[in-house]
Formats: sequence, C-alpha cells, structure tokens
Amino acid sequence: MLAWTIYLSFAGALVEALLPKGKPALARAVALVVALAGLVIAICGFAGGAGQGRVVLVDTPWVPAMGIHYTLAADGISRVLVLLTGLAAVAGVLFSWNIELRTNEFFAFFLALIGGVYGVFLSFDLFLLFVFYEIAIVPKYFLIAIWGSTRREYAAMKLALYSFAGSAMVLIGLLAAYAMAGSHSTGIVELGHAALPVSFQMWAFPLVFVGFAILAGMWPFHTWAPTGHVAAPTAASMLLAGVVMKLGAYGCLRVAMGLFPHGMDPWGFGFLGIGSWRDVFAVLAVIGIIYGALVALVQTDFKFVIGYSSVSHMGFVLLGLMTLNQIGVTGAVLQMFSHGVLAGLLFGIVGRIVYERTHTRQLAELETMHLSKRLPFAAWGFAIAGIASMGLPGFSGFVAELQVLVGSWKADPWWTAAAGVGIVIGVAYTWRALQKAFFSDAPSMAHTHEHGHELAAITWPEVTGFTLLAATSLLVGLWPRVLLDSIEPAVKALLAGGAQ
Amino acid sequence: MNYGELFHVTLPETALDLAALLVLLVDLAFLRKAALQVRLSSAAVIGVIGCLAAMWAVGMQTSAGFSVDGLLVLANGGVTAVAQMGVLVLTAVTLLLLIDSSFTKHPGEFVAVVLMAASGGLVISAARDLLVIFIGLELLSIGLYILTAFGKTSAKSAEAALKYYLFGGMSAAFLLFGFSYFYGLTGSTNLYEIQSSIANSGSSPLLIVAWVLVVAGLGFKVAAVPFHLWAPDTYEGAPAPAAAFIASVSKIASFTLLLTFSFQWLQVSNEYLSGARPAVEHYIVSAYQSWQHLALVLLIAAVASMIVGNLAALAQTSVRRLLAYSAIAHAGYILLGIAIYSTYSGQSDVMSFWGNAFNAGVISQNAVLYYVLTYGLTTIGAFGVIGVVERTTGSDKLDAFLGLHKRNPVLAAVLLILFLSLAGIPPLVGFWAKFNLFAAVLAVGGGVWPFALVALAVAMSAVSLYYYLQVLKRAYVMPAVDDTPIHVHPVTMLVLMAIAAAVVLAGCLPSVLQGWIASF
Repeated sequence: MLAWTIYLSFAGALVEALLPKGKPALARAVALVVALAGLVIAICGFAGGAGQGRVVLVDTPWVPAMGIHYTLAADGISRVLVLLTGLAAVAGVLFSWNIELRTNEFFAFFLALIGGVYGVFLSFDLFLLFVFYEIAIVPKYFLIAIWGSTRREYAAMKLALYSFAGSAMVLIGLLAAYAMAGSHSTGIVELGHAALPVSFQMWAFPLVFVGFAILAGMWPFHTWAPTGHVAAPTAASMLLAGVVMKLGAYGCLRVAMGLFPHGMDPWGFGFLGIGSWRDVFAVLAVIGIIYGALVALVQTDFKFVIGYSSVSHMGFVLLGLMTLNQIGVTGAVLQMFSHGVLAGLLFGIVGRIVYERTHTRQLAELETMHLSKRLPFAAWGFAIAGIASMGLPGFSGFVAELQVLVGSWKADPWWTAAAGVGIVIGVAYTWRALQKAFFSDAPSMAHTHEHGHELAAITWPEVTGFTLLAATSLLVGLWPRVLLDSIEPAVKALLAGGAQ
Repeated sequence: MNYGELFHVTLPETALDLAALLVLLVDLAFLRKAALQVRLSSAAVIGVIGCLAAMWAVGMQTSAGFSVDGLLVLANGGVTAVAQMGVLVLTAVTLLLLIDSSFTKHPGEFVAVVLMAASGGLVISAARDLLVIFIGLELLSIGLYILTAFGKTSAKSAEAALKYYLFGGMSAAFLLFGFSYFYGLTGSTNLYEIQSSIANSGSSPLLIVAWVLVVAGLGFKVAAVPFHLWAPDTYEGAPAPAAAFIASVSKIASFTLLLTFSFQWLQVSNEYLSGARPAVEHYIVSAYQSWQHLALVLLIAAVASMIVGNLAALAQTSVRRLLAYSAIAHAGYILLGIAIYSTYSGQSDVMSFWGNAFNAGVISQNAVLYYVLTYGLTTIGAFGVIGVVERTTGSDKLDAFLGLHKRNPVLAAVLLILFLSLAGIPPLVGFWAKFNLFAAVLAVGGGVWPFALVALAVAMSAVSLYYYLQVLKRAYVMPAVDDTPIHVHPVTMLVLMAIAAAVVLAGCLPSVLQGWIASF
C-alpha cells in the first residue's frame, strides 16, 4: 500500500499541471488532498509495518535483459522516512497557501518532488532508486528559480549543478558495482550479497558516499545548501532541508554503506590519526557541525541562520552514520526524522510567518519591530522550535543527538567532544536569533518598512502546519520508542549484513 | 550476379526513390498553381507513404543479403534492419514536421531530395563493400548539401551549405584515400575479406594510416572532434527540417556504418570456425589485438568530442548551435560504445573468450543502436520546437524562448521533456539510453580504461545539464518580453506531442524498444 504514496503524488502533479490556470483555490485544495492522502497512507504503512522487517511491496522485472527490477519495499528505516515525507508534504502545502503566482504549476513541481522523494525511500533496486533520486532534482530547480527570492536563479542553478554532480558520482559507482557484480542484477539486496572485491569497495565507497553526501550538506560540499534554502520559497526550503537533504543521508546509509561496507575498513596506514574513509567522513561531519554552527552565529539574514544550522544538524546525521554502531546509526536515522520536522518548522516560521509579513529577513531590521508583541504566535513558535532544535529534553532533537553522541563516544571520544562544542554553539546562535528577531528592545524606527502598520493576522494553514510539526517533535521527544522500535531492528539488520 | 535478388534486397531503396519521383511528378505536374500549404502537405504525405512502403519492404526481407561470388555486398536483418527502420521512421517524422514550414517555394523538390538522401542512408546501413559504402555516403551527402542550401533567401543557409559542402568534399577525399589503402593492403574491397586478410597476416602500420583516414571521413559524418567544424554552422544555417534530418537520419546511417566496421572486424565466419583449432585461435587473437589499435583512434575522437562538445555548448547563445555542440558531445558517448570491445589478454581458452566477447559485443551494439535511434527522435522533436519558435519570433537565440510556457504551454512542456531527455534525466529515454550504453561498455571492457572513459562521459553529461537548463530557464523561469500566444499547426503539434510521449514511454518501459532491437 505504501507504494501508492508515490503514484498518488505523481498523479497529483499531473492533475495540477492540467488544471485550468487562474484557479489557485482549486490547485491548493488538490495539493492538500493529495498530500493528506499520502500522509494517511504513510501513517497506515508505518503502523501496519510495526514489528515487521523488510516488506516487499512490488517486485516485477522491469528490464529483464539487464536484471533490473521494479522493486519497492519498506523496512523500518524507510517507513520512518516515508512518514517524515508525508508530514513535510502536508506542512509544505499549508505553508505555501499564499502562493498566488502560477499556483497550479507550483504544486505540480511540488508534488513531483514529493513523489520522487517517496520513491527513493521505498526503492530496493539501485537503478530505480537512482531514477527517483534524479526525478527529485529537476522540480527543485524550478521551484527555486520561479518562486524563490534572494538571487534565486543563481541559487537554483547552483543547487541543480551540485545535485547533478553528486548524482553523476553516484551513477559512476552504480554502473561500476553493476559491472563488477557480473551485470546480472541491480537489486540492492542482490548487490549487497555480491561480495564485491575489497579493493573495489575501497574506492567505490568514497565516490558514492560523497555523491550522496553532497545532497546531505556535508562540509565542504555544503555551499549549495544555505544559498538554496535562502532563495527557495518557504515550502521548498522546508522540503529541501526537511526531506531532500535526507535523501542524501539515506543514500549514504542504504547504498554507500550497505553495498560497500568494506570501503570503511582501515587503509593500513594512518595520517594525523585518520586511517580509513570512515575517519575522513567522520571528521568532515564534525567540521560541518562546528562550522555550520559558527557561521550561523554571525549571519545577518534570519533565513541564513536556519540554512547554516541545517548544515550543522546534518553533520550529526553523518557523524552518527560513521559510528557504525547500533546506537549511533539509530541516532542518525532519528536525527534525520527530527531535523526534517524541525527544519520544516523553523523555515516555515522564518520564511512564511515572519518574512511574508515584515518583508525583511535582516535581523538588524527585525530588531526594531518588536515582533514578540506584534506577532506573539511567531515569537513563541520560534522559541519552541528553537528549543527543540538546540536539543532540549522533551523534544525529538534531544533524543536523536544524544544517541549520536553516545554512539560516537564509543567510536572515538574526540568526535563526541568536538560535536558537543557544536551543540553549545547551537544554543548560542538560536538564542541570538530568537533575541534579535523577536525579543529585542532596540528602539523602534518609526515609519520604516512595515513598522507601524498592523501585521496581517495569523491564518489557519499556518497554525495547522505549525501544530502538526511541533506536536510531532514533542511526541517523538516524549515517546521516542514509537520510532525507535521501527528503526532499531532495521539498523541492526543493515549493520549485520550489508544491505540485509 | 543475380539481378532479381539484387532488386529484392534493394526493395526499400527502390520504394523510396519511386516515392521521390512520384512526389516530383505530383508537385510539378498537378499542383503548380496550388497553395504552398497544399503542395507541402501532399508532398509530405506521399513521402510518408513511401517511407511506410519501404518499412514494409524492410520487414519483408528474408534473405541474408545480396552476395556476389559468395561475398556479402548488401546485408539484411540484424543491425541493418534496425538502422533502416530507424532511418525510415525518422525520415517520416521529419516530413510530417515539414507541413507548416515556409522556407521554400519548391516543396516537391525538397521532399524528393529528402527521400533520395534517405535511400542513401538505407544503402549505407546495409553495405558491406567499400565501393557500395562510398556510393551510399555520397548519395546521402549530396542530398544533405542540397537540403542545407534550400533556404534560398537566407544568406546563412547558403554559407552553411557551402561550408558543409567543402568540408564534406574534403572528408570524402580522405575516406577514399583510406579505402584505397585498405584495398592496397588486402587486395579486396569487401569488408569481410579485408578483415580476414588482416587477421591472417597481422596488422601493419599502414593499417593504422588507412584507418585514421577512414575515421577522418566518417568522423565528419558523425561530427566527431576534430572533424566537427561544419556542424555548428550547418545546424544554424540550414532550414529547420533539413537540420533535423542531418542531425538524426544522417547520424543513424553513419553510426551504423561505424558499427559495421567495428563489428565486422571481430566476427569469425562459420566457415572459419570449422577449420583447424590453432589457426582459428590465432585468427581470433589477431583480430582482437589489431582492433585495439583501431579502437584507440576512435577513443581519441570520442574523448575530444565529449569534452569539446560539452564545453563549447556552454558558451552558445543560439539554440541551434547549442544543439550542434550537444550533438558533438553525444557523438562522443556513442563512439565509446563503438570503440570498446573485449580485450584479449592472454586467456588460455580462446574459444570461450571469443564466445563471451561476441555476446557482449552484440549487447553493446544494440545499446549503440538504441542510443542513436532515440537520440535521433529527440533531436527531430527539438528542431521541430525550434522551427515553430523561429517562425514566430524570427530568431533561434536563447532569448527567443523567453516566456514560452505562457505563449504556448504545450510547446513548452514538449521542449522540457525533450531537453531533459537529452540531458539524461530519468525517467526519460535519454537517461536510459546513456545507462544502457555505459553499462554495456563496462560489461564488455572491464578494466581501468573503459571505466575511466565512462566516468568522464558521466561527468561530462552532468556538465551538459547546465546548457540545457539555460534554454528551459528561459522557457519557464525568466519573465516574458512578449506574451502573445504562439499558434502551432495542429499536425505539427500532434507530431511533437507524439514524440514527447514516445520519449517518456520509451524511458519508462525501456525493455520494449530494447526487445524490438534485439529481435532482428
């Protein structure tokens, strides 16, 4: 049944493309219905899959001559990420309720992107996974280039080229793995069993890992992320940070680590304490955590703060993956979910609730507007989201990052120490942004910008979208077992036997 | 020499030439006073019927081909049939897209020349003898020079035709020179005899000289670097349907010829296989080893084409020139598939090596055909869209596409699909064609070099996304300067939509076309 999330989203995209122009209300309604249907299916699939391992949904020969199958399947990790996608899709539609320009095209690209994301999370054939992965790239370009803001064409092109460069690396690795395994099958499970030579895995692993990690925002390949997030329309930044970056992390886990587990073996020599690709990527992840946090600390544009914080939070995901132990990788998957929800929340507040009313994102200008009094909903909303994002107990971020830190302590305490510094800086940049944007008592500059005018009231889609995401984060924070029960067995299987 | 058999084998060519004469007759005798639109439509319809008849004739072929003294001159079935079908289908599509063009007052002549050139394409696809190959090439080329020059009121068209003609004449001379070396080395013009003579006597340095000259001639036809200089000007100056024809049909025929050369080189006839084992093994080893040298020449052209084509396309402002450079890049990818075959590296069981190599060779040959056919179709569609935009805006510059999604949403959607397919985005057919080709190359040629070349090709196709997006950006993203609707002739629109649908469907169900190619 989960497979219908994909088909529904693509069908929705097609319907949106064919809808008559100039009827934004209709386009919104269709998009909301499709996104809600996807979410409902995702929840049912998640609930129905409880306690089960990998469930094959569809498996038919696609290109028999080359052993390519159309294989959709879901394990505990997929189900969690599909659930995240469903949530992000609904919240994204709600936060783009005010799009008036080419509304139906907007939602067509939006739903096509969502369909591609669902597809990646459910594919258990490497070729199919790659197809969905690429399908997700093109809508992103158009969403940012057409509906974006600050330097949108530049940011959109940069993002498209980074993504395409990453996927070219993935494709090279994929073709090589297919040929090395004898050109019989592209199934992830089959290739995982193919016992590829260690010397081959040694160079295929970094190639494919970096290819995917570009999309996960790994330092130093992260530069597309802040510019892309900032330029994107709110819903697209929510999706970009919320689910698209997870595509990258998911690919790292499922494909790079699942197919080439020996690529992380020690090289046999060390340099500055780095003795394997695993060390290299863990160090890059830690650098990403600290670098993203430090840069977020000095931003003047509110949205850039969130953009760089995404780089930092995704560093935790990559660090968790590189721990290669049960708790660390579980934490990484949980962090994917948690950051997906929280990034959506933060971008929703900054990009939609604040920016659409104040028409500025400059912290210096927001300081003079006293938004905590004029937009209390936004202020307290951002406070909640910020607290959750900095890892306060009771919210999802805490459980996830804690697990990653515990896992990394087991692997190498230095990583934990460095990542811990990142958390502290995270508290600092979140407080700084919160204080400057909402709770500042700087003297107001009368008659500039929107100051003095009554700001538009908060609308129901904003409240609903906010509540949905915040409640999810709280629920996962208070009751993490709801996701952990699903993630843990899948991670265990993945760590034990390559791709299971 | 059996003329009845010859007639039977050349039935498709005959059908096309009869159709060409019929077009001329109808147009010049009955329709001189009729409106241009009527003349165009009737000429195109007769042409399409001719193509259909020729397709039927191709499908009807049962013999193995036409032989003289036991030596194959014109082949049938297999690669030949696939390529001929491709040539005919794409010729028909080109003719259908002609219906609302206005670049000429002589539609009958145009269609007739198209049909005759296409019959040259059929000959090339079937030929197994150097002289027949040359005749087919000239039949095709001379037609193409005329078609390029058909925009008589456009100076660009004349310039393009002259350039094309001079380059073409030069390259034909090189080709003939190379052929004469082959004849001198082996005493035969038959491909099979040439190959077996070289495999028996071992390769000589003169062979490389001969091959370089032949590659110069054929590299011109497929627009491979460094023989590509004509392509941008011709693509830019020729009338849109002529450019589409050059970019698709002529490409199919020429790549098929290269495939014939390479595949023929690595074949061993049954007659030979039944001979004494050591001699057969020596023969196979010697054939595969001599191919390594020849492949190197192709690979140099392939690498140069991928790099130059993609990088030069980045700087173009004319969409036609952009397509020309992208065609050069695509030629580079295809040449990889043609050049790379299994390498003999001292395997003790030569016969089983040969069996595997042969099977892998068939797969990569089919992958090349798949690529060429789908690329040809996509390019025709792209030129169809360019033709429509040009008729409305009078320009093929990037900025002529501004706001296309507002001016004609369907046309913009077709452009989106075709260009994304050219860039290799799934689930469109362009992606599948690339995947199929690269997977085949890696399957036949294991090892570092094939892998490095495929990696380069994939990396270069990542670069190509940038310039395809430049066009799409104007169609979808940037604000329109002029948003008056663009009206498209319903037939043209229908054909373009059918092409786009085929690109999507063939991409989603790749095994259909793949199975069809393998079935011949």
